[in-house]
Amino acid sequence: MSAPSRLLVCIAVLGALHLGVACAGFFAPYDPAAQDRARPYAPPMRPHFVDAQGGFHLLPFFYAQELRAGSFDQYEENRVRAIPVRFFVTGASYHVLGVLPLRMHLFGGGDAPLYLLGSDGYGRDLLSRILVGGQVSLLAGLIGAGLTLSIGLCIGTVAGFLGGWKDEVLMRIAELFLALPWIYLLFAMRAFLPLTVPPLKAFLLVVMVIAAVGWARPARMVRAIVLSARERDFVRAARGFGASDGYLLRRHILPETASVVLTQAAILVPQFVLAEMTLSFLGLGVPEPVPSWGNMLASLQHYNVLVSYWWMYLPAVAMVPFFLGYLVLASLLQGGYGTSKMDEALGEI
Amino acid sequence: MTRFFLRRLAHATFLLLGVSVLAFLFSTLAPGNYFDDMRLNPQISAEQLSALRAEYGVDQPIALRYARWAGAVSRGDLGFSFAYNAPVGPLLWTRARNTLLLTGTATTLVWMLALPLGVWSAERLGRPADVALSWATAVLLIVPDLTLALGLLVLVVRSGWLPTGGLVSVGFDGFSALHRVRDVAWHMVLPVTVLVASALPVLLRHVRAAVAEALQAPFLRAAEGLGISRRRLLYRYVLPAAAHPLIALFGFSLGTLLSSSLLVEVVMSWPGLGPFLLEAILARDLYLVIGGVLLSTLFLVTGSFMADLLLYWADPRIRAKASRP
Repeated sequence: MSAPSRLLVCIAVLGALHLGVACAGFFAPYDPAAQDRARPYAPPMRPHFVDAQGGFHLLPFFYAQELRAGSFDQYEENRVRAIPVRFFVTGASYHVLGVLPLRMHLFGGGDAPLYLLGSDGYGRDLLSRILVGGQVSLLAGLIGAGLTLSIGLCIGTVAGFLGGWKDEVLMRIAELFLALPWIYLLFAMRAFLPLTVPPLKAFLLVVMVIAAVGWARPARMVRAIVLSARERDFVRAARGFGASDGYLLRRHILPETASVVLTQAAILVPQFVLAEMTLSFLGLGVPEPVPSWGNMLASLQHYNVLVSYWWMYLPAVAMVPFFLGYLVLASLLQGGYGTSKMDEALGEI
Repeated sequence: MTRFFLRRLAHATFLLLGVSVLAFLFSTLAPGNYFDDMRLNPQISAEQLSALRAEYGVDQPIALRYARWAGAVSRGDLGFSFAYNAPVGPLLWTRARNTLLLTGTATTLVWMLALPLGVWSAERLGRPADVALSWATAVLLIVPDLTLALGLLVLVVRSGWLPTGGLVSVGFDGFSALHRVRDVAWHMVLPVTVLVASALPVLLRHVRAAVAEALQAPFLRAAEGLGISRRRLLYRYVLPAAAHPLIALFGFSLGTLLSSSLLVEVVMSWPGLGPFLLEAILARDLYLVIGGVLLSTLFLVTGSFMADLLLYWADPRIRAKASRP
């Protein structure tokens, strides 16, 4: 495959993954906050095609799980009745992309609950929570990266274009942020902000903290490009013809930074998703009951969960395809623009 | 030469100063302080509370507090922890020791693995063995350390192969010296594995790229013609030529000794700085957090300073540049 078509394939795959998470409500069979107190820590249910009598079913069916007598977390399948998996069922209401209200789900269990990936301690469907939690985590990464790049672009452009003492001061501050280990910076900024806040505010707070931590590196890269672009012949020619600063920036200088900004975006988004997960995992990020990949993993800090309910680990696996996608994207972008090698990109991580 | 180092030193001092100011500025953004929770406690009267606040000086203006704190730091005293009612310095040090034990081991291992593997891989650039290794590192690279740490933990807990947390077993005080060393080493296996696995791919790729580039140099053809053995050629001639980017990376490795393992420590309940600082954050133990941030910055700054020293010693180009006025 040629480089452009590889890039297209990569973007298509990433787009499909994101679309899947964006339409989480449709793919998730249940409301992520709906509790089923009768079935805490139900293990993942297997869809079957062959029933107990050896008959083959074209559409999958499942057996309802029932608590074993005298136990609170041991389940067994009730093999007497095969319950067909129903498709395009009406269930809990949700909003597609946050606006369009719908009640249609891709699949559901009908009268018996169907937990494909099991349930958590409150009997909430893990699959639904992973999908909806992905919205929170990915959105934090995307908005955080967007904010960081805007800040970095502004500061880098100002420093590179104006030069002089302004450049000096801004770059010294950027060096400060680069000198701090980012996890300490994340910790410290979060430490000095309110601890217990409602989920939406916490989400915004996390995004802002992440963005404030990461701006220095893109700012330095943008500055380097602006510095060199400012002295290019065609820019000086345009200036000689009487072009204003705004025109020069818009028409000649900022387009030069596009490749760096795009590549940085592909590197920063997965990093920031991980930052959100880290904060939420440690209890400093998005709080319950709103799911995020990080706070779902927090239950693994309990020994009994770790020992008995391995499926609680699945949110950590959910992010791996996204990471892979972004990593390939970053390396393709860099290869495509011929600015630097993949190895250098990996050094930035 | 002295000017070169003086300039580096001034830069490092500036960074430390800036970080401390930044940390204090952030702390003023925070609503509430350590003593606010105590208002809910009926056993503590308002007078006692205001006496406490006055004693610890939390109501004073930020500039005054910073001046007092900076004065204390210049005397080697990092401040006072509210929660532990003890000076921050010794508290941090007991925890930092455990962190350094972990990261020191991991960093040594990573370099011992990355150097030979990188050279080996660069020598076979593009051949099946090199491609296989590249794929292996790519797989390690896409698995974030949180996923890896939790995954290993789940695996180990279910199989019972290794201890899953802490630094020592129950009854450690009664063990003989040899038994103690073995016990701690046994507990370190899991966190060190995660740290090595997360640091190895990046480092390996750098070593491979640097050595592959150095292998192109014409002087190597000459050396080969002179009949110098392959092994001697690689480690005696190529590696020093490829050293420049690696030394900078080594400085970075040294600098992140205190910060690279925070998350892994929390996940694996290793009694290092990670869980300690997390608790301090949750308790709003201001000076403990600032002390931790400052200590880790000190490490980073020292790491890059040492990389500069090493580079000056190893790379004649830098010596030439530094001696020029």
